[in-house]
Amino acid sequence: MIPASFDYSAPETLSEALQLLGDEEAKVLAGGQSLIPMLKLRLAQPARLVDLDRIPDLNFIAEDNGTIRIGAMTTHHQVESSDLLAENCPLLAKTAAHIGDVQVRNRGTIGGSVAHADPAADYPAALLALEAQVKLVSASGERVVALDEFLVDALTTSLEDGEILTEVHVPVEQAGVATAYRTLIQPASGFAIVGAAVRLGVSNGNVSFVRVALTGVGSKPYRASAVEQALEGGPANAEAFAAAAAHAAEDVDVLSDIHASAAYRASLAAVQTRRALEDAAGSA
Amino acid sequence: MPRRVHVQTTINGEEIDFLCEPRQSLLEVLRDVLGLTGTKEGCNDGNCGACTVIFDGRIVTACLVLAVEAEGKQITTVEGIAVGRELHPIQQCFLEGAALQCGVCTPGFIVAAKSLLDQDNNPSEDKIRLWLANNLCRCTGYDKIVRSVQAAAERMQEAR
Amino acid sequence: MATTTTAPKLKTHVGERIRRTEDPRLITGTACYLDDITRPGMLHAAVLRSPYAAARINSISIEDALALPGVKAVYVGKDVESVGGVPCAGSMPDLRIPNHKILAGDRVYYVGHPVAAVVATDKYIAADAIERIEVDYEPTELVSDPEEALQEGAVKVHPEYPDNVAFTFSQEGGDVEEAFRQADVIVKEKILVPRLAPLPIETRGVVAEYDEGAQELTIYSSTQIPHLLRTQLALQLNLPEHHVRVIAPEVGGGFGSKCNVWAEEALAAFVAMELKQPVKWVESRRESILVVAHGRAHVDTLELAAKNDGTLLGLKLHILCDIGAHHQLLTPIIPTLAVLMLPGLYKFRSFKADLIGAFTNRAPSDLYRGAGRPEATYVIERMVDKLAAEIGMDPAEIRFKNFPASTDFPFNSATGLQYDSGDYATAFNKALDIVDYKARRAEQEAARAEGRLYGIGISTYGEICAFGPSPATPAGGWESASVNVEATGKVAVMTGISPHGQGEETSFAQLTADALGIPMDDIVVVHGDTAKVHYGIGTFGSRGISIGGSALHLALQDVVAKATKYAAHMMGVDAETVTFEGGVFSSEATDSTLTLADVALEAHLCRQLPPGTEPGLAATRFFEPSNFAFPFGAHICVTEVDKETGEVDIQRFVAVDDCGRIINPLLVEGQIHGGIAQGLGPAFQEGVIYDDEGQLLNGTLMDYSIPKARNMPWIETDRTETPSPVNPLGTKGVGEAGTIGSLPAFVNSVVDALSPLGIEHIDIPMTSQSIWNAIHERSRT
Repeated sequence: MIPASFDYSAPETLSEALQLLGDEEAKVLAGGQSLIPMLKLRLAQPARLVDLDRIPDLNFIAEDNGTIRIGAMTTHHQVESSDLLAENCPLLAKTAAHIGDVQVRNRGTIGGSVAHADPAADYPAALLALEAQVKLVSASGERVVALDEFLVDALTTSLEDGEILTEVHVPVEQAGVATAYRTLIQPASGFAIVGAAVRLGVSNGNVSFVRVALTGVGSKPYRASAVEQALEGGPANAEAFAAAAAHAAEDVDVLSDIHASAAYRASLAAVQTRRALEDAAGSA
Repeated sequence: MPRRVHVQTTINGEEIDFLCEPRQSLLEVLRDVLGLTGTKEGCNDGNCGACTVIFDGRIVTACLVLAVEAEGKQITTVEGIAVGRELHPIQQCFLEGAALQCGVCTPGFIVAAKSLLDQDNNPSEDKIRLWLANNLCRCTGYDKIVRSVQAAAERMQEAR
Repeated sequence: MATTTTAPKLKTHVGERIRRTEDPRLITGTACYLDDITRPGMLHAAVLRSPYAAARINSISIEDALALPGVKAVYVGKDVESVGGVPCAGSMPDLRIPNHKILAGDRVYYVGHPVAAVVATDKYIAADAIERIEVDYEPTELVSDPEEALQEGAVKVHPEYPDNVAFTFSQEGGDVEEAFRQADVIVKEKILVPRLAPLPIETRGVVAEYDEGAQELTIYSSTQIPHLLRTQLALQLNLPEHHVRVIAPEVGGGFGSKCNVWAEEALAAFVAMELKQPVKWVESRRESILVVAHGRAHVDTLELAAKNDGTLLGLKLHILCDIGAHHQLLTPIIPTLAVLMLPGLYKFRSFKADLIGAFTNRAPSDLYRGAGRPEATYVIERMVDKLAAEIGMDPAEIRFKNFPASTDFPFNSATGLQYDSGDYATAFNKALDIVDYKARRAEQEAARAEGRLYGIGISTYGEICAFGPSPATPAGGWESASVNVEATGKVAVMTGISPHGQGEETSFAQLTADALGIPMDDIVVVHGDTAKVHYGIGTFGSRGISIGGSALHLALQDVVAKATKYAAHMMGVDAETVTFEGGVFSSEATDSTLTLADVALEAHLCRQLPPGTEPGLAATRFFEPSNFAFPFGAHICVTEVDKETGEVDIQRFVAVDDCGRIINPLLVEGQIHGGIAQGLGPAFQEGVIYDDEGQLLNGTLMDYSIPKARNMPWIETDRTETPSPVNPLGTKGVGEAGTIGSLPAFVNSVVDALSPLGIEHIDIPMTSQSIWNAIHERSRT
């Protein structure tokens, strides 16, 4: 449980960090709550860690023109307790409050979590439901990509060598849209066995807007389009929610491990989706 | 062999500097380099809370922080909770409530609970249990721990 | 020099909620645990462990590791052949004890088997060097599952034995076949009790130091049994015992896992003697979950015979215990305790038990909190519930029907034990009253009408503890205590037990304060250092207060008798006329008084003592109990199960326990609370998982789940107090009761909740998934 040796740099600007990352044996440290355990198991053996913690431009939450930008080094605690997010993007704030435990939320960052791409992480459910984008910066430029494209598979993203995830973008929540996040956690790790995030707009008893995304179910968190399609325009009632939620794990290669079989996960996906829909409808 | 790094930091109100390898955790440096052995190792992967310290005002597990990350930070360990010989109310209530047995998890609980009470002087039972959910105790079943945190909250309210 | 003093009326300490004297050092971080110890020039050791469950070792290459600057030595099996093997205390006639060397020879038998040790100037270099050792393993066939291990033609764990039977044990009482012939009803069940990781928050660790001039080996070890460890190390290393000193520093939890003699302890000792430098080895959490002997590991098959009116007639049990590849200290003994306690609190007329220990390619199993009794209590309490359901009787009623009456004690159990004292119905009634049993059943009816799964689970448990009479224990069942009243009047108590969280520094000081009439602050309780205290057996099996405390009680009586004699002489009166109360000796005849301190000073100065008097005011006594003690109680759990997710909401948990006379209710409650958490863990969360390759799949705290603050309900505790007649204090023991009593209450509650679906049993751990599976399978069929 002792890492192999590495060098450490804590640049104070992004360009300096990008330069240090030019060395392909270097790895970004962004809170370290997943990386440090991997270093201790020697599953990761970088020659250098480039700590982003000293770059002031990476820790902020700001809103302009209907888009909320969250700096990569913003901790889960900062997201959870942000007034701006509570007001303008409550789904993300309440999801952050579900992550791991107090100690992890104080040190872990949104950029670190998203870039790590753990298939059971809480954030992606909310972020996919929010149709979030991530900003990726490299020495040669920057790009903004949809989270759905960014996440490739378990622990795999489309982040290129030399690229740093610097921001997460989410929209200001629409008026009349209520949100909910439901999860059943693996009791040892606190990670989600299944987590379901819902955004729901109802007008005149019918679903006018719906986004549903799940984490923990497959090797990659996903938008449950079949659930959304089943609900869109239809009645917003318990029967409709239950019928739609039954599609929550449709066409998904459901994970099976020592904590939950595929059948149990699939069943939980439907149950938690239905309950999240009911929560959202109830809070609207 | 990577270069040792010089780190300047503040621990329990005292400015301290040390040399460390980048791979050394804050926990290891506190214990092995600085002699602050009150902070305990229980799992070394962030899942037991025995090494909980306050890091720039918020609790973290010191095993999941590299010592080099402590540069310029304010750190409080269990050794910094009492003021001189005067115990903090949370320590006093742990003592009165017998909220410990073998004691090895206790420093982590004291630090975590102190941090909770610093920001919420009237936490609900649920909030206490969730706040302390990453602090494992194998001896007490948490009953007397939670009660002692409640007692300390009451005492701190009265003192105000 | 008789002075007249009016002693303050000291309150009595025994029975009071006295704060723990251990705590000031523990809440400030100033206590010294094993890993807090450093010695000048101390080296650091790390152990390389097998990644295979079964393999031949063709070669080990250590050159690269040795070449790393800072590496002092690398040892493999052949280097440590002079060190004796890991001891095992079993005594069955057919017991097979494979050679258990401290480092593997040419084969490894389980994942985690120690293969090599590196010693370096710091732990970072040691970790780097471990990576540089190259072992050429040739994986061989293996058997991971204990049931498979006993099948015909199974792979042999130890090729030298014709099968995987490690030992067998049988016991029979009454005419069990006749009982089954007479039975109106027979219920059967196969019940799995999985392997549990003891998981003290402090892992194991050793610091070894050798003083070549004095030829003294000092071992600091996080152990529950410093003296037994000293004896065993002396044997393993072929040293006189007086050249070995074992110190148990502050110990961060044991739960039985440190009541053992471990390969790494002898290894560290060997290294310190070889290199003539102190060495430290501290286990990682992964090593701890992987190799620290797991508890339980049973596959139990039961048949229960009864009358239709609920009268229990007979019981048949077959235990298959997965002992792993090697024995540890008490491996073969632990499951025999399950056999002994199988009848629980009931008047069975007959029983028959067969136990078979099976070798598997897994880490050793051995004692863990409760050690045999949780297994017994769990299966009997499950079977009694199953019978009640079968004959349509209330599970409370069937228990009352089969208890011995309070006038039946001492009560001879079907397995030949003599239960010392008890009043089972009173404790049970108290628990039923607290939970308001009738109201809960009414609530259950209402819940069921709404389709909700609401359960009430009962466990009435008994256990055997305060180990114990020496003829019935493997390493002596007695305990020692010394009391020394120092010249200043302060008192040092030395005990052979080795507490590690139980709080006996407090309870022993309470006993001493009351016996000598002095404040607790004037008393120090010394333990855990073989150079400071008389030989003792240690702390395990809920024996501390009953055996160690009784030895102390005897020593205190001796000190008072001696001091009374001295005081009488000093006051010029007959000893019979002197009274001693509140720390003051008084003589009515001369109207004079002396404090204990006055007498202690004189006992040291010896100016006025009668000729032939022994100087000093000290006594050492040993206590050997006449029998075990048998605590009991009733635990009741109320739960509601989420039909869709399988999650369980624990709504109430009531525990009424009787552990005999109580010295300190605060300590007793703490033991009960913590014990119940270690019943809740296995009920819902815990259990190591091995795959067919013998790999342990949940070996970190990311995967192995123990109860957290968020998982625990409030515990509603109450008690009855039935003194034990087998020791002078009347105490029984409480270290394991919570663990033993609670597990069946949790399981019975969930099964009761699920019973409308036709579910009669569910194996532990009852994870949300396994409960969902049970519900799902039912709703499909």
